[in-house]
Amino acid sequence: MRRVGIVALNTFREAVRDRVLYNLVFFALVMIAASILVGQISIGIEEMVIVSLGLSAISVIGLLIAVFIGVGLVSKEMDKRTLYALLAKPVRRWEFLLGKFGGLVLTLTVNTIAMALGLFLALGVITQSDEHLAGSVLVAVYFILLKLALVVALALLFSCYTTPLLAILCTAGLYIAGLFVKEMRAFQSDTVSQAVQSVLRGLSYILPNFENFDVMAAAAHGRAIPGLLIAQNTAYAALYCAVVLAAATAIFTRRNLK
Amino acid sequence: MATPAIEIENLTKDYPFGFLHLKKKTSLEGLTMSVENGEVFGFLGPNGAGKSTTIKLLVGLIFPTAGTARILGKPISDISMHGDIGYLPEQPYFYDYLTAAELLDYFARIHDLPAQERKARVDAMLKKVGLETARKIQLRKYSKGMLQRVGLAQAILHDPKVVILDEPMSGLDPVGRREVRDIILELKQAGKTVLFSTHILSDAEMLCDRVGVIVGGKLRGVGAPDEIVGMKPQGMEILFEYTGDSKGLRGLLSKATQTGSRYRLQVAEADLYATMQQLCGAGAKVLSVSQVRATLEEYFMHLVAADRAQAPAVEVSGK
Amino acid sequence: MSTGASRTLLCAVLLLGFSGVWRLQHGIDAQLNTTRQEQDDLTLRSGALVKALSLEYAPLAADLYWTRVVQYYGGKHESQQTNLDLLWPLLDVTTTLDPNLIVAYRFGGMFLSDAPPRGAGKPEQGIELLRRGIRNNPEYWRFYEDLGFIYYFDLGDYPKAAEVFLEGSKRPGAMIWMKTFAARISEKGESPETSTMLWSEIYNSTSEPSIKENAKVHLQLLRARADCEQLNKLAAEYKKRAGHPPANMRDLVKAGLLPGLATDPVGVQYWFDLEGNAQINPASPLFKEQRVDNKRP
Ligand SMILES: Nc1ncnc2c1ncn2[C@@H]1O[C@H](COP(=O)(O)OP(=O)(O)O)[C@@H](O)[C@H]1O
Ligand SMILES: [Mg+2]
Repeated sequence: MRRVGIVALNTFREAVRDRVLYNLVFFALVMIAASILVGQISIGIEEMVIVSLGLSAISVIGLLIAVFIGVGLVSKEMDKRTLYALLAKPVRRWEFLLGKFGGLVLTLTVNTIAMALGLFLALGVITQSDEHLAGSVLVAVYFILLKLALVVALALLFSCYTTPLLAILCTAGLYIAGLFVKEMRAFQSDTVSQAVQSVLRGLSYILPNFENFDVMAAAAHGRAIPGLLIAQNTAYAALYCAVVLAAATAIFTRRNLK
Repeated sequence: MATPAIEIENLTKDYPFGFLHLKKKTSLEGLTMSVENGEVFGFLGPNGAGKSTTIKLLVGLIFPTAGTARILGKPISDISMHGDIGYLPEQPYFYDYLTAAELLDYFARIHDLPAQERKARVDAMLKKVGLETARKIQLRKYSKGMLQRVGLAQAILHDPKVVILDEPMSGLDPVGRREVRDIILELKQAGKTVLFSTHILSDAEMLCDRVGVIVGGKLRGVGAPDEIVGMKPQGMEILFEYTGDSKGLRGLLSKATQTGSRYRLQVAEADLYATMQQLCGAGAKVLSVSQVRATLEEYFMHLVAADRAQAPAVEVSGK
Repeated sequence: MSTGASRTLLCAVLLLGFSGVWRLQHGIDAQLNTTRQEQDDLTLRSGALVKALSLEYAPLAADLYWTRVVQYYGGKHESQQTNLDLLWPLLDVTTTLDPNLIVAYRFGGMFLSDAPPRGAGKPEQGIELLRRGIRNNPEYWRFYEDLGFIYYFDLGDYPKAAEVFLEGSKRPGAMIWMKTFAARISEKGESPETSTMLWSEIYNSTSEPSIKENAKVHLQLLRARADCEQLNKLAAEYKKRAGHPPANMRDLVKAGLLPGLATDPVGVQYWFDLEGNAQINPASPLFKEQRVDNKRP
């Protein structure tokens, strides 16, 4: 576990030195532009607009980082052969994978916290918001983070056995599929057979369900989010990440480096 | 006697290729050998012979198709022994966003060296490989030779018992090669076991207690460089100066190689005396006489030629 | 670890993991349903935009939206919520994506127009949707039936209803009874027999479960309404004989006016309210299906 931490910190350092956190500038610009615009056009729903916009930006920026860097976590080290010296040291392959995962999740956490602070700043500028709103926005941010961790795990899994491009496509595809789980569950169409529909229904419970983490509307309206849901979503993300990382480890420990 | 530092038994590696990976290429075939404790062992072979394949199998980067190997008595699948081995990859490359000092510090942490010792070790290693002045430069700005030095530093950073180096001299200038030779000799003095691969024979000849020659994935010979060389007939070389006309020495001069007025002539040991007399008689000035050792290089070329003449080095077969 | 053992371990981890995921998902679904009850959000309300975004997959996108329509209505009906504000935009997008999705028009025509609690109570939207359906699918004559229906049931505009039925009867392939309906309605206006026939026709001509179910409920309500009228007549007769209204159906049975205790189509007994009028029992599932204004079944 100690070595997992060391690898994770190094991964974080890599992200920082590769200027990943520069995206925060972009986010800041979005928030500033949004605050100015909202002041001009909308009366009464400023909070809602800022919250939805801010959360969407946090989610999209996080997803881009999670997918593109997540896919490179392992494949880049294999391509550049930076992995060789490391794996000849007393590092187990699962420790390496977990460290890489942890490092990117750490990066995303820092990044997301920074963006959340920006969002609260923007909210503070336009209104005296109540703690109700702050609470549910905080939960929404936390859910985004859980979602990002799951995306990183998936990206890592795919990058363990395909090319980076395919891994990006697979991760993005699974993410999009995970947004339409509800529709899949109740899909009715004359164009596909009954059997396909039942398969879809079964899949809809097993595929990573990214809808679970979407409480943007509740947050925008400042509705409280039940504690049980927070616990359930945390458990869901943790369990799903564990399963995906176990599969990734199984693939990676058998893998011959070039 | 203690167990050998490295024992390799029937180690074989196939790489699948082609459509659906149905065909396979044997990169290493039934390698059996061992490296004793405290020995410097040279792993010799032309490009594509299977040297790197063997080394990567030993350090667990790839997995054997058949056979086993043990390092310090532990099977290669047991990672715990990695704390006692050092490895320099072929054409090493490291995280280019780190400086040399940071990289070594990172590896030292992985090896669980305590904080004070870590700093001292890192500094000592950087000094040893001649990178003290470049320690604060990011590795992306390093030349190939400098990376090779960093690679060497990280391989011996944690004072391992067994050091495995894949082509440690490649990419280095003469000074660098000299330094690497010195480091290997130092390791030997400190009682470490060193296995290094090379296709440069003089390095091996100079350093190794024993060498193994591998061609086409098969081990063709193991032994002390002298032993291996001993298999070839030897002779004497005479260096002389001669400015007279060629009549008196016609027979000899045609066999000698000429550089200006100097000639280099090889004769069998038995003919040495007669030849010397002939030269002196003709008024040639003998500069030196030395024994010609058949070089490892000759042996090596001989093996490669034999291998080429034989079946193709790598067998291609359906599954 | 041997590869066999590690493979078994991996399978066990995956199996356990996914069964855990499966169970958690059900829990989360339940939780989300409670938090999202009010939260009707439809991000893209413009059919044209959605169509542009879905490229050549518009029919598939239409299927997705159609699924959402059914789910939306089903979910609302299940939880007995009456605001169906998203029904129109959803159907609007669906039929823009796939102008030939007949079932969407029929569904919309019925549930946009039908009164709460079964529909949105917005007949003008139902009419608009069906007119669009007729424009896009001129050969489908049953849209006239649905349209006439809205005028007949929801708006009580009998001349217009008769006119629409007549118009529809002239479409190629239209059933002969379209003309019959036109005549009946222009002659008598609303009558229980016409209503029953119309609903039966709907019931038999569709396979869409929600529509079929709705038609069935309407038919049951019609029968209940007829039963109640019958019971009221008997009660009047009882009052004439006994001098006071019956307290319950047992009185009617004892007086020999009724052979046994009468039940509504779902098998629950009718009861008499305080004014002595026969009613559907509040314990009956049919009770809550009655129109809020209790005008027509
Ligand atoms: N990842 C790989 N896939 C297929 N063939 C490989 C792979 N790595 C090495 N080989 C083949 O194995 C043989 C031995 O390679 P190697 O051990 O790298 O030789 P060298 O002695 O030069 O280090 C070569 O013929 C090479 O083409
Ligand atoms: Mg090599």
